[in-house]
Amino acid sequence: MLMNHFWFLDHAWLIPLIPAISYAVILLFGKRYGERAAWIGLASIGSAWVLALGTVVQWISHVNDSEGAEARGVVQSIGGMVRNIRLAAESKLHVEPIIHSTTWFQNNGFKLNVGIQIDGLAVMMLFVVTTISLLVHFYSTEYLKGDRRFNHYYAALSLFSASMLFLVVASSTLQLLAGWELVGLCSFMLIGHWWEEKPNSNAALKAFLTTRTGDIGLLTGVIMTFFVVQKYATMAGGKGTGSFDIMKVNEAAIGLGEHGGSKSLLFWCAAALLLAIMGKSGQFPLHTWLPDAMAGPTPVSALIHAATMVVAGVYLGARVYPIFYQGFHIAGGTINPMAAIGGATVIIGAGLAFVQNDIKKVLAYSTISQLGYMVMALGVGAWTAAIFHLFTHAFFKANLFLGAGSVSHSGANHSFDMKHDMGGLRKYMPKTFITFMIGTAALIGIPFTAGFFSKDEILAVAGENNFTFFKYLGLVGAVMTACYMTRCVYLTFFGEYRGGHADAHGAGHDVGHDVGHDTHAYVSDDHATPIHDDHAAHAAHDLHDAHDDHGHHGPHESNFPILAPLFFLSFMSIASGYLLSPMLKIEKFALWVEPHFGDDKHFNVFEPGVFKAIDPILAVAAGVVGMLLAYAFYWKKAYGENITERNGALRAGKNFLVNKYYLDVLYTDIIVGGVKGPIAQAAYWVNQNVIDNVLRYTGKGAAGAAQFVYKYIDQKGVDGVYNGSASGAGALGGLARKLQTGRVQLYAFTVLFGLGAIALLLVIFN
Amino acid sequence: MLLNQFLLLSAFLFGTGIYGVITRKHTVLVLASVELMLVAVNINMVAFGATLNNAVGQVFALFVLTIAAAEVGVGLAIVLLIYRNLRSANPDDASVLKG
Amino acid sequence: MVAQNVAFWIFAAFMAAGAIRVVTTDNIVHAALWLVLVLAGGAAQFILLGQEFVAWVQVIVYIGAVIVLFLFGIMLTRAPMEAEEKLNNNLRWPGLAAALLFAGTLAWAFLDQWGSDKIKLTKPVRTKEIGDLVFRGYLVPFEVVGVLLLAALIGAVVMARKD
Repeated sequence: MLMNHFWFLDHAWLIPLIPAISYAVILLFGKRYGERAAWIGLASIGSAWVLALGTVVQWISHVNDSEGAEARGVVQSIGGMVRNIRLAAESKLHVEPIIHSTTWFQNNGFKLNVGIQIDGLAVMMLFVVTTISLLVHFYSTEYLKGDRRFNHYYAALSLFSASMLFLVVASSTLQLLAGWELVGLCSFMLIGHWWEEKPNSNAALKAFLTTRTGDIGLLTGVIMTFFVVQKYATMAGGKGTGSFDIMKVNEAAIGLGEHGGSKSLLFWCAAALLLAIMGKSGQFPLHTWLPDAMAGPTPVSALIHAATMVVAGVYLGARVYPIFYQGFHIAGGTINPMAAIGGATVIIGAGLAFVQNDIKKVLAYSTISQLGYMVMALGVGAWTAAIFHLFTHAFFKANLFLGAGSVSHSGANHSFDMKHDMGGLRKYMPKTFITFMIGTAALIGIPFTAGFFSKDEILAVAGENNFTFFKYLGLVGAVMTACYMTRCVYLTFFGEYRGGHADAHGAGHDVGHDVGHDTHAYVSDDHATPIHDDHAAHAAHDLHDAHDDHGHHGPHESNFPILAPLFFLSFMSIASGYLLSPMLKIEKFALWVEPHFGDDKHFNVFEPGVFKAIDPILAVAAGVVGMLLAYAFYWKKAYGENITERNGALRAGKNFLVNKYYLDVLYTDIIVGGVKGPIAQAAYWVNQNVIDNVLRYTGKGAAGAAQFVYKYIDQKGVDGVYNGSASGAGALGGLARKLQTGRVQLYAFTVLFGLGAIALLLVIFN
Repeated sequence: MLLNQFLLLSAFLFGTGIYGVITRKHTVLVLASVELMLVAVNINMVAFGATLNNAVGQVFALFVLTIAAAEVGVGLAIVLLIYRNLRSANPDDASVLKG
Repeated sequence: MVAQNVAFWIFAAFMAAGAIRVVTTDNIVHAALWLVLVLAGGAAQFILLGQEFVAWVQVIVYIGAVIVLFLFGIMLTRAPMEAEEKLNNNLRWPGLAAALLFAGTLAWAFLDQWGSDKIKLTKPVRTKEIGDLVFRGYLVPFEVVGVLLLAALIGAVVMARKD
């Protein structure tokens, strides 16, 4: 039988393959088809979506069948093949993943397998990635119409989807690594899509390099997973061969943790992988690339933030969860690095979202904050809740991003600046407004939207697992989320429309732009006025021409290719929540996605939380408080206009946030400092500026101390340390630079002499 | 005849080729030095073939010859390009990659 | 056998001298002509080994075509035809070191491995055998090399033409 009950699951490797082929086709033959090349990408991702849907249906029926089999106590034989159905100790059902792998190469008993591992988690991700990607492909046909590198854009989009899907179905950690790097490369390509503008290419570089920092952790971690398996195999008395297979890694991590063997190996492995997650999923303090990644086209931002790039980190965390669970001893219920970083990111990301004037940056920081929730959930042992939040967040965040794109695309001048070019858009684009409101509601966690269920789940399980602190941290984050999203909606859709018509707007718009909006000021020659727009200098000419057809430049509702994804995503922003809710006694999602980690009788991370009425009440209260605060502060201006400007403390706080906690300054100065003086000079400088000041300032009371900490420790002390280490690195770089003489023959000498030396060694020792 | 006679001759030619590649100031001469190295390889191939008393050595030498011809063609095209752009065939002048 | 040995050493001496002149002479055209001597010596060695087909291919392809290409290259880059200032750069000692290291290592390995192996020539290899080998055992590499030559041809034309 060609199509048995496992056809889609067994052939899941087709799903990444199809977009990969489409990438090659568009790149090679795209020029010939012009903008019709988009349809190649659309068709490929469409068929991938159909296949993914097939896997979803078959997986669900597989799980349900297994459940039935469990009740009858039989092992089923389906489609001529016996599938293993394991009954673990407390008769908890575990559906084993479907693994098809082949040996890539083998060496001395070690086999490197590559293949697919399909389980509930992978199936869920396949569905999310293909769905969001399909919508983004469709949306982009309109949004990027007339772009000069339209084909490149679609090729990169295809490759992006392909690499993410490849990462999702990976059956070994090495494959994960490959997919991970491909995803990073594609995001680099897409963020820098309009690379002619320096800020855009800088943002792309920043994203690439920052995530590379985390990738060091991934590489180290992946290598360590090999030794985790080896260690476990040796402990069991076997030959002790390592492996990169995810199943074996997980089993070994559980085994090592249970039997108390080699805690430090597990800990460092988990720490290295956590660094990878921090880089990719924008966790503090490696989050700085994410807001800059807004330089890319808006649909790409939606794809990066909802389905691909950033969730890759969370996915990694969920995939090899036993390593974290045992390495960080999550069951202990104390503070662990993963929960701490997640929790810090929730607050820090949300704090930054307050002061952004760029609607996309508000959403970017909100993504950081929400990713913080997911990592925190993983850190507090709420595996299912984390994955569920990933699932719902994908839909409502894509909804919000595409909504922001719609607002800007149809606005007067393609700006994302809420303060200067938006306001009152509710009247001009009611459909976008409704979808955006639904997305916002889901993000805030208004009852009976998707975000309500998923966020609630995280908080409930955190409480159950005795992580009370993180539960309340999450609640504070919820207050802040409600507050900044209300501000964002108010600035965008309510009040009076502030952006003039394109031909009328000009003077005054090029001045007074806040920090964080420094990337959008170019001169468009056909309007001869500065315009503030990401794609102003490229697609804008065509787009403006297109808008001229409407006879006006004012804001107007977007057309079908933009609205259709918005409607679908709004629907999902509500509906996706109804898959898991202890309150409504729905536990389907947990049943479907829970993976099989080996003999995991001590794992209770998949159990949905127990419903307690107080949890949703607290969460809703948090949301209401946040919204009321924002309403009073921004909407009604209860404290008068510009209170932040008048009150010193508030102004300092705002400046601190506007400057993004000075992290960027810190990072930039590392690089800039690299060419500055030697270490001694830096140390002397620290001595002069910090230690002397410590003596001078200690006596000056609390206010002075606070100011000192802020001004000198943070800005100069920390900088000084970084400068010192950076100049060390700089000196090393200077040495290396001397080798790069540009003399080809000197290079030839180096290569040949080195080769000769190696050959000599081989001869001597042979 | 000793096999080593031929092998040592080829080792000498190879070393000379390396010296030429590193020291010659004209790109065409650098290519000529590469040819010296290829000839050395060919002598090895043919000598081994003769030792084993079959034609495989010759066949390999033929492949090397073919590829050497292709290499010279492309190499000289590159030399021409460099000369056209820099007005010089000295490899030292093509130092745009200087760090 | 003695005659063959004598012939070998005579050819080898010419080749060594030619090779040294290729990498040291200050006259660029002379260098190309010295290269001819080395290549011809190589062909002679092939004949000594009873491998005549490859010897003639060497004469035709190398001496006939490649050297002509070299001379064209020299003329197209307007190199002076007579001796000029030094044609060697200041990397003489590093170059010598690398060359000695390489040649020395190779020589050591050869002497170590094939100390006194002798070449016993029974009969010259006939061209028919080569044809059989190329078109049976090595057909795929042969075709690939054909494609490579075509690619090199097109590449050279594309690079060298004036736009």
